[in-house]
Amino acid sequence: MSMPLREGLTLAGVALRLGGRRLLGPLDLQVPPGEVVTLMGASGSGKSSLLAFICGTLDPAFAAEGRVLLDGIDLAPLPPERRRVGILFQDDLLFPHLSVGGNLAFALPPGLERSERRERVAAALAESGLAGLEGRDPATLSGGQRARVALLRMLLSEPRALLLDEPFGGLDEQLRHRFRDLVFRRAAERRLPALLVTHDRADAAAASGKIVTVDEDFSNDHKE
Amino acid sequence: MAPALRQIEIPYLRRRGWLSLLPALTVALFLLPVLAGVIGTLLPALGFLPGLGERTFSLRPLRELLAAPELPGAVIATLVSGLLATLLAFLSAVGLAASLQGTRLFVWLGRLTVPLLAMPHAALALGFAFLIAPSGWLVRLAVALLGGGAPPDLPVPGDRLGLTLAAGLWLKETPFLLLAVFAGMNQLPVARFLDIARSLGYGPATAWLKVILPILYGQLRLPIYAVLAFSLSVVDMALILGPTTPPTLATLLLGWFDDPSLAKLLPAAAGGMLQLFLAVAAILLWRLAELGFARAAGPWLAGGRRGHRGGAGRRWGAAAALLLLFLASASMLALGLWSLARRWPFPAPLPIVWGLGNWQGAGPDLARALTTSLLLASTATAIAVVLSLGCLENERRHGLHPSARALWLIYLPLLIPQISFMFGTTTLLAWLGLEASLPALIWSHLLFVLPYVFLMLADPYRALDERYRRTGLCLGAGESRVFFAVTLPMLLRPILLAAAVGFSVSIALYLPTLFAGAGRYTTLATEAVAANAGADRRLAGVYGFLQAALPLAGFAIALLLPRLVFRHRRGLLMARGRP
Amino acid sequence: MDADGGYCLALETQESPMAWLGRFTALLLALFCVAPQAALADPAPTSWDQAVAQAKGETVYFNAWGGDPKINAFIAWAAGRLAADYGVTLHQVKLADTGEAVARVLAEKTAGRADGGSVDLIWINGANFAAMKRQGLLFGPFTPMLPNYRLVDAQGKPTTVVDFTVPVEGMEAPWGMAQIVFIYDTARVSDPPRSMAALLAWAEAHPGRFTYPAPPDFTGTTFLKQALYELSDDPARLAKPVDEVDFAAATAPLWAYLDKLNPLLWRHGEQFPASSEAMRQALDDGEIDIAFNFNPGEASSAIAQGLLPSTVRSYVFDRGSIANTHFLAIPFDANSKAGAMVVANFLMSAEAQAHKQDAAVWGDPTVLDVAALDPAGRKLFADLPQGVATLPPEKLGRTLPEPDPSWMTRLTDEWRRRYAK
Repeated sequence: MSMPLREGLTLAGVALRLGGRRLLGPLDLQVPPGEVVTLMGASGSGKSSLLAFICGTLDPAFAAEGRVLLDGIDLAPLPPERRRVGILFQDDLLFPHLSVGGNLAFALPPGLERSERRERVAAALAESGLAGLEGRDPATLSGGQRARVALLRMLLSEPRALLLDEPFGGLDEQLRHRFRDLVFRRAAERRLPALLVTHDRADAAAASGKIVTVDEDFSNDHKE
Repeated sequence: MAPALRQIEIPYLRRRGWLSLLPALTVALFLLPVLAGVIGTLLPALGFLPGLGERTFSLRPLRELLAAPELPGAVIATLVSGLLATLLAFLSAVGLAASLQGTRLFVWLGRLTVPLLAMPHAALALGFAFLIAPSGWLVRLAVALLGGGAPPDLPVPGDRLGLTLAAGLWLKETPFLLLAVFAGMNQLPVARFLDIARSLGYGPATAWLKVILPILYGQLRLPIYAVLAFSLSVVDMALILGPTTPPTLATLLLGWFDDPSLAKLLPAAAGGMLQLFLAVAAILLWRLAELGFARAAGPWLAGGRRGHRGGAGRRWGAAAALLLLFLASASMLALGLWSLARRWPFPAPLPIVWGLGNWQGAGPDLARALTTSLLLASTATAIAVVLSLGCLENERRHGLHPSARALWLIYLPLLIPQISFMFGTTTLLAWLGLEASLPALIWSHLLFVLPYVFLMLADPYRALDERYRRTGLCLGAGESRVFFAVTLPMLLRPILLAAAVGFSVSIALYLPTLFAGAGRYTTLATEAVAANAGADRRLAGVYGFLQAALPLAGFAIALLLPRLVFRHRRGLLMARGRP
Repeated sequence: MDADGGYCLALETQESPMAWLGRFTALLLALFCVAPQAALADPAPTSWDQAVAQAKGETVYFNAWGGDPKINAFIAWAAGRLAADYGVTLHQVKLADTGEAVARVLAEKTAGRADGGSVDLIWINGANFAAMKRQGLLFGPFTPMLPNYRLVDAQGKPTTVVDFTVPVEGMEAPWGMAQIVFIYDTARVSDPPRSMAALLAWAEAHPGRFTYPAPPDFTGTTFLKQALYELSDDPARLAKPVDEVDFAAATAPLWAYLDKLNPLLWRHGEQFPASSEAMRQALDDGEIDIAFNFNPGEASSAIAQGLLPSTVRSYVFDRGSIANTHFLAIPFDANSKAGAMVVANFLMSAEAQAHKQDAAVWGDPTVLDVAALDPAGRKLFADLPQGVATLPPEKLGRTLPEPDPSWMTRLTDEWRRRYAK
């Protein structure tokens, strides 16, 4: 199979309905590789559901229209585990029953030798200044450490797009800056299109990409 | 190439997968045979039983039933014991919660409800019967302390109205309703509501009754109905604690079903329908009382009476809780002592000759009963856990939301009296060629284990953060891998707890073993009741004690194993929700 | 029939101590006309040697009341001896009521079965025997073929040839004797009543210290029969079927007596023990002072087992006590008729009868004429320890014959109608 062209994330005519009521859209959006597009809007306007739709984990109570293309590939026929779309939530959601190393290894593709898995995990941790934490219980890490491990876990699964569901909300001011910059930097390094959902203007500004406001009038494309 | 913009269902959902067959399978497995059983008992009640040559519908069985001289006494004993026990259990559970909430005793009570719940009916009844008999342990201790002569001639146990039976049932059902109260409270922001009420000047108990109970009651309704149906139709406890001349309705019917001349078979089936009618009528009566009480309570709720500081209430509540714990543990202890006693006459407060002879004498019979009990309980529980997890996972994957009707379906085997459908179900089993076979026996146990296991798993499962699953999927793991590698390990503690509850339910089952096993299989429950009939308390002590010890062992495992497995995983050590 | 052989040995059981619904299996077979697979059965033996030869390797399902552990232990002992000496495997199917086995055989006959039945040997007497004999459910006559049958004391123990007024005619093998014997705690009672009238007077003086099991328990029904014998002005009527007699007139004295006695009983007559075992337990608990039992050796046996205090003794009423014999019968469609015959023969042997009479084992009296045994046999009986509370044979007094079997149901129904509402 030939490598897909890096075309970024495209949403075409995406609309969400819940119980007959239109929740969001229709939305047309293009997220170029390496850039961050911010979705802003009031709570309950369906932003998280949009991310779920892209992920493939939308609650069947919703009805969805439109297409999502990632690097030119239509995601519709693919189950979530094959879409190569990474997601970060506000809570780190590290699996509590696995160690830090176990969480990271979970994201690695199958078929690797055990030694190789260990090396990759160790390398990832070292690169983020978290060397030596493989065997630790996630509950014993600080908030900032956990956020970074969650980011590492997502990146280790080699996604081709990033979805960020208000991931910076759980951190205090200082950590928030640092972590935000880290996330955007990684996205740029790997030329990953990133879709950020937030209600914080500072986050949107730091993303320095397109900002799209979503609300019930299904208007969009308010460039700022 | 792009398809026209139209509404697309996310295509892979169309492939629902084998998992979505599970709920249908579960319903078919246990609901349909129960309903078939009711029909199979209803038809003979109306005179239709081809095997006996009765092919005409008639009211003769009903007339014979109503003409039986023992019927009025049986019905009265049944109603008194059943309604009284349920009322007392409900008031106790609510009263304990209201008066003790916030205290350390309450937390302890919460931890103890589940093991208390695990005590099998027959074992508890045996111990309780010995405890309160006029020549029983309490009197013996009193005589030892205060002196005295012959035992008083009091009608305990076995009084005509079934009051001792009601007491035994109260002992067994209060922990069950307490558990329902705890489970309901976990889903409410109880602390916050109570703080608000307290800050408005209400005493703690009154605050609980006026604020929490009205919201909580909806969750308690089905468990109360289950308790009501059970108390009205229990057989094993009635055989030990209930009246004999005449016995309760269910016990009477069991004797009729057993009449070798088969003359009383049709009236017995009619009696099964009467039992069903009584259960339904009692539930309706309770419902009417609910409505009446709700209407009367309106002014009381808004009336503004603040209630007391709660000191007296706490003392009464503590006394009631301690009484409950004392009676339950003393009953178990009595069984244990009897199992080691070779000679314990009245009025000795403790056995005068000890020995292991009872255990040795029970020997091969004990081994056989133990093996059967363990096999049945393990298999039924395992199947129940698998089915429940499968249904819950299916619910999760397809985003289905449980309806109130689904809850009634799960409760159905617990709401229909066993004796009202067992005969028909046995006929169905015979027709399938399965009578007296191990699969039939396992199925009959599964019937009662499944509701409890499902109910204990449902809340923790649904409370599990959905985003763990989504994260797992987005990290590239398929649905199955996410289920086995993420969901299951995180649910280890609730799964073990549900399994322990299911295990204890199976160990306690009596009537289903008799019916489905056609009397060929002996379990600890059947042997305990038989030992009581044989009036050898030592043998009853052996079987009763063992029957009680097994579920306790199960709970010990359920509590300790997660601690061991997760000793380095603090995130899972803290109990999620349950005290 | 046997449970599927694939299950582990611990479960391949035919034992059903509280087999309340054991008979459903056969009933349901009849209900749905499931044609049972007739096992290959040998033709019924016509001589003792033939029986022994055929019996080797057979499994005999012995349907016997399983409510007494010491009886079950005795049967287990017999199983061991039979396996060693004759190669016969004896399985006890524990019943709560003999009627279950009767119903099972009846259902098999209704289903058209001629052999391969699930019941090989039944412990039986009285009304159940009468029903089976009348409906042609028994195999026999077979006892004349059994060598040990010659040892039975048919002369001195007439109940071995007439079972509740029904002639046995070789259709069942006598196994043990039963006689109503009263037991009391000498530490609490010094002069127990020896007749029904004396019992009433005693109950007036000691209210709440006597009771009897509620019919249909067979001990309770026998108490009614015993009372009827003493109170009736024409006891000979009892030998006739109940339909031929004016029941109300015949039993009027009994109900009058009970109307006076019941309120003086334990629990004021509102409650009755469910069985003679429960009555024995009440005696041990000190709740009553006098009990009674069908087994004259029961008191000694209970003392030996630690179920009664050692101060308990037995006695009989002056005017005689109801006595009967209990038997072993073979259903017409038994799968292992030869094996059943061998078992019956062994259980009538001097060895088995002496072991059974041993108070430490069971205490059930023998049906044999001990004096006519050979010296070895006589020694077995002479060596038996005399139960401390057992009356020697000469003190057992006069026996009263059992009434016609039809009296039991009528008495039970009427008693329940009057006192069990």
